[in-house]
Amino acid sequence: MPATTTPDRGRERLELRDLRRSFGSFNALDGIDLTIEPGEFIALLGPSGCGKSTALNCIAGLLALTGGEIRLGGARIDQLEPERRGFGMVFQSYALFPHMNVRKNVGFGLAMQGIRGAEANRRIQDALGLVRLESQAEKLPGQLSGGQQQRVAIARAVVIRPPVVLMDEPLSNLDAKLRLEMRADIRGIHDQIGSTTIYVTHDQDEALSMADRIVVMSEGRIEQIGTPQELYQRPDNLTVADFMGFRTRIPGRVVSVAGSEAELDIEGGRVRATVRGAIRPGDAATLSVRPEDLVATPGEGIPATVESMEYRGRAWFGLASAPDGTRLYFRSGEALPRGAATTLTPTPGSALVFGEARA
Amino acid sequence: MSAPGNERTGSERMGRERMGSREGGVSFRARLAARGIDGTTLLVLPGLLLMLLLFIYPFAYGIADSLSPAEGPWYANYAKFFGDPFQSRTIAATLWLALPVTLVNLALAVPIAFRVRLMKRQRLLTTILVLPITLGTVFVADGLLTFLGPRGWFNHTLIGLGILDSPVKLTNNYWGVFASLLITGFPFSFLLVLSYVTGIDPAIEHAAATLGAGPRRRFWHIFLPLLVPGLAVTFCLAFVQAYAVFPSAVLLGAPSGPTRVISIAAYQAAFEQSDHAYGTAIAIIMGGVELVIVAGVLALRSLFYSGPVAGTKG
Repeated sequence: MPATTTPDRGRERLELRDLRRSFGSFNALDGIDLTIEPGEFIALLGPSGCGKSTALNCIAGLLALTGGEIRLGGARIDQLEPERRGFGMVFQSYALFPHMNVRKNVGFGLAMQGIRGAEANRRIQDALGLVRLESQAEKLPGQLSGGQQQRVAIARAVVIRPPVVLMDEPLSNLDAKLRLEMRADIRGIHDQIGSTTIYVTHDQDEALSMADRIVVMSEGRIEQIGTPQELYQRPDNLTVADFMGFRTRIPGRVVSVAGSEAELDIEGGRVRATVRGAIRPGDAATLSVRPEDLVATPGEGIPATVESMEYRGRAWFGLASAPDGTRLYFRSGEALPRGAATTLTPTPGSALVFGEARA
Repeated sequence: MSAPGNERTGSERMGRERMGSREGGVSFRARLAARGIDGTTLLVLPGLLLMLLLFIYPFAYGIADSLSPAEGPWYANYAKFFGDPFQSRTIAATLWLALPVTLVNLALAVPIAFRVRLMKRQRLLTTILVLPITLGTVFVADGLLTFLGPRGWFNHTLIGLGILDSPVKLTNNYWGVFASLLITGFPFSFLLVLSYVTGIDPAIEHAAATLGAGPRRRFWHIFLPLLVPGLAVTFCLAFVQAYAVFPSAVLLGAPSGPTRVISIAAYQAAFEQSDHAYGTAIAIIMGGVELVIVAGVLALRSLFYSGPVAGTKG
């Protein structure tokens, strides 16, 4: 019997130990270690090709591991077929059964578990209520909008009360407005059903807004694990910083280090920044700062030439280049003409400094 | 054009077209374009011409020809065919070959296509499986005559292995034709089925798997219902091909006995008895039988889901 019939499955810890998956000589997963607590919402975040979807497919059992193990509640499950793991999965392409109406789609997992009749109907109804689609139950997937289809897919995944719900970029086929709405919906559903959720995305806003913890991946490895706040404020390295919106990177040299603060020599002057990683005076280092924290202020700062500006409601954001060609993303209270000379200053406490070599 | 007083002569209309929207209304060309008729529509012409010349005209000519018998009333050719059991039973004899062959072909093509879809070296295997299509029926029939014959490799091997005591007769009878139709028809069915199978979004199968469906239930609940429309079309095409069997029925079969198929009857009428009209009538009957089967299968197909199988709306 599939283990999903045990009611406590949602309260079990999921452990990934040294997960490895290679395709020929390419290591899509290069040793993933992660422990996910029951009921947690975990986002796997990274650029395309970083291995996040591979990791999800391995957890689902759709892809065999080439090394490592997966445990749920202490029991190894990595050798189980996907149909025996009982995880709910939501796909980027929705993957609804096109020949079944919404009710049958949602009821499919229950039917596979042998749950029929009144019990099945009640649970289908509950699941459709959860995604607000009670009125669409008799329609075929092709008659629904993209957002509705993805909600059906979510209902279909959670109706079997899986211990773990896996979501593979579920919102990337939807338009921007709908994505925002669905974020809140998905987090709400997660909180209601209490399953563990693993959510794969390349969108840091999604990860930051939904997850309890974010796992940033790159090239088949985990770069950093942390709460959204931790990652947003204290990225461990440049890769994570880049993903957390630290778009500007300015090369420089460390002058002095005092506690978590360092002074850095960069073209156009000295700046103070928060130290990330091990650096010593004299080291080459990179100053990293978000566009909203690099402000165009007349007078002191990094000299730059404006390349382009764009209006984003409350402020203007622009791209400028330093004399050495470094690209600087900055904020400004007003539109600056292209080619104008300006000076840019990081707001106090906002800039980070990373050692040149990755930790 | 339907409004009273709106009729114009050709020259007036052309004049109006040249004036375009200056006249206030929408130009003739724009109105045509709105109905989907524009310069691109001309590309239909070559195909249409070919259809008229090579299909519609011969077909109409054939019907007219079959209704002008050498003697007797207009329906004499048809009456002659259905009145003569030796002739009319070719319908059943051909069905008895074509239907099982088509079904066996599909039954073989589906599992093989399911296996091939998962393979990395699809192209190599596909090429090997499709090779028989390039050989031609006569070549295959000739090869089979030797291979399946009493002193062929097939019987040799089975006798050598002790499975048979004496050679089993597989040529110049039903089974010879059956084997030949299977070999020449399979690649065709296989290619079609493969394209239908690989057209189904793999995520749909993955979804079924994560919902607890094992391979068997995935096939019966997900794949088969989605494949039915494609299998129906494949069946129709493969059946029509098999029903028109001629060379292998002569070379490998018993053309005066059990494998006297309907095309042999038509051939004999037209070219041995030189009764062209009668031969044509038999050919029309053959087309009619095919039409009935195809229409039946397509009608059954309409009972199933036949929309897109990609899973997304895109």
